[in-house]
Amino acid sequence: MEWVNAVIQGILLGGLYALFAAGLSLIFGVMRLVNIAHGDLIVLAAYIALTIATTLGLNPFLALLIVIPVMAGLGYGLQRMVLNQTLGDDILPPLLVTFGLSIIIQNGLLVLYTADPQKLSAGPIEVASLTIAPNLTLGVLPILMFAVAVAVIAGLQWVFYRSALGRAFRAVSDNQDVAQLMGLNKAHIFGLAMALSLAVVGIAGVFLGIRTSFDPTIGSGRLIFGFEAVIIGGLGNLWGTLAGGVILGVAQAIGAQINPGWQVLAGHIVFLVVLAIRPRGLFPRIEQ
Amino acid sequence: MPPLLELTGLSKSFGPITVADELTYAVAQGEAVGVIGPNGAGKTSMFNLITGTMQPDRGEVRFDGEMVTRLSAQQRCRRGISRSFQVPQPFGAMSVLENLLVAATQGGGLHGAQAQEQALLVLDQTGLLPKANVLAGSLTLLERKRLELARSLCTRPRLLLLDEIAGGLTDHECAQLVETIQQIRKTGISIIWIEHIVHALLSVVDRLIVIDFGRLVAQGDPRETMDNAKVREIYLGMAVDA
Ligand SMILES: Nc1ncnc2c1ncn2[C@@H]1O[C@H](COP(=O)(O)OP(=O)(O)OP(=O)(O)O)[C@@H](O)[C@H]1O
Ligand SMILES: [Mg+2]
Repeated sequence: MEWVNAVIQGILLGGLYALFAAGLSLIFGVMRLVNIAHGDLIVLAAYIALTIATTLGLNPFLALLIVIPVMAGLGYGLQRMVLNQTLGDDILPPLLVTFGLSIIIQNGLLVLYTADPQKLSAGPIEVASLTIAPNLTLGVLPILMFAVAVAVIAGLQWVFYRSALGRAFRAVSDNQDVAQLMGLNKAHIFGLAMALSLAVVGIAGVFLGIRTSFDPTIGSGRLIFGFEAVIIGGLGNLWGTLAGGVILGVAQAIGAQINPGWQVLAGHIVFLVVLAIRPRGLFPRIEQ
Repeated sequence: MPPLLELTGLSKSFGPITVADELTYAVAQGEAVGVIGPNGAGKTSMFNLITGTMQPDRGEVRFDGEMVTRLSAQQRCRRGISRSFQVPQPFGAMSVLENLLVAATQGGGLHGAQAQEQALLVLDQTGLLPKANVLAGSLTLLERKRLELARSLCTRPRLLLLDEIAGGLTDHECAQLVETIQQIRKTGISIIWIEHIVHALLSVVDRLIVIDFGRLVAQGDPRETMDNAKVREIYLGMAVDA
């Protein structure tokens, strides 16, 4: 039963990893941009939620109503004012600039909030649990987190394949020059993609902050989990990203079950094995 | 009425290769102009200069009285300039309908039901209705050429630039395409059509322009221009099936 429990906890944790990864996957898919600052933006979102929760006395879930639009706006502005200038034939400039951004965010947060660990307090829901079977109790929070991850992925999937915005994303991803000749404003569409990515980052940041304590330096670790989920699942496949998150979560949970020190290591090992056997991930996009 | 398109002294070189040399001409509202010239003469480059994917070294492009030389391809599209590609470039992983919806929404400025309506109208006009939900990447050459035309039309152009849209088609397919283009003309859209298949051109255009080494070497009534000695010389050795 202990093992079953560990696997289920791992699956639910995978939802959080999928939330870390979804925005990363979206941005790479639309504009081939690898956002090194993605993890730090998640942490930034957690701090914004913390500030809202403490100054307005709001529950962090309610704070989402502010955090999401703030992060989306930040994403749009960042893309239009900074990142669009770095995109071109060379993949190095966006890597360097987002790396610089990562350092700026980390140090900005250190100055503003110090290195003390913080936590978002969501109230009684944090300790609420459901008893599924005599020996199996699941926390309400992890279940909620997983459900939100599924909803976010489903929502992104809908946007991507059913909406005018998604058609624009796919067109510009396929051929930027032709898309522009069809009247598509690349700078604006890229801005909207980053806005959407950071809206998801806002959600991820709030769940991160409720689940564990955070400090300004933990962003790079979240970035790695996000990368691993995206690559395990296969580039350009959103449901694959969810699967990648779940596989990573389960691997970590099983690793921790064997030896508490092996949690993160087990995740990395599964990632490396997948990369070695299927370099394009388990569920690469089949089209084209 | 001012001309719809006006090129003045448009010039562009890549090192020793001159793709446009003092190109100067105008296209009236509703006019259809044919363009011929040998391979590598700079015909496609002229379209790149008009649509804004290539910047001229010198000269101007005016569209409907407005100077557009410094505008981006996207801005020019929204003003009503649209082109098809010599080598079709569909968004291969999207359906035919989705290809058209992108053009109708982004370039045509239409939304929701209006974009759908425009796309369906154009699908019908170009004979692609049965292929609406097929992936564009899986179309045949003829269908791809039609999609090029359809996607351009969905941006609701006032000036349509066709780049060898009949190239590689059978006589029958070519005749069908000519009929479609004649229909489009009747809606008042101005056309510049680059084509090596001269008889197809002659059945549509009001005027013929001949380009060689980036220069406009002859223009005028289509049949008279074809008979022009200089044109014969340029095409000497080339099959002219007029
Ligand atoms: N971006 C570029 N850089 C360098 N050379 C170019 C570029 N674009 C076009 N050229 C050259 O300019 C010349 C004219 O090319 P263009 O495609 O305009 O010819 P064309 O008249 O359309 O020929 P075709 O009938 O074969 O389509 C060619 O020699 C081509 O190689
Ligand atoms: Mg050409």
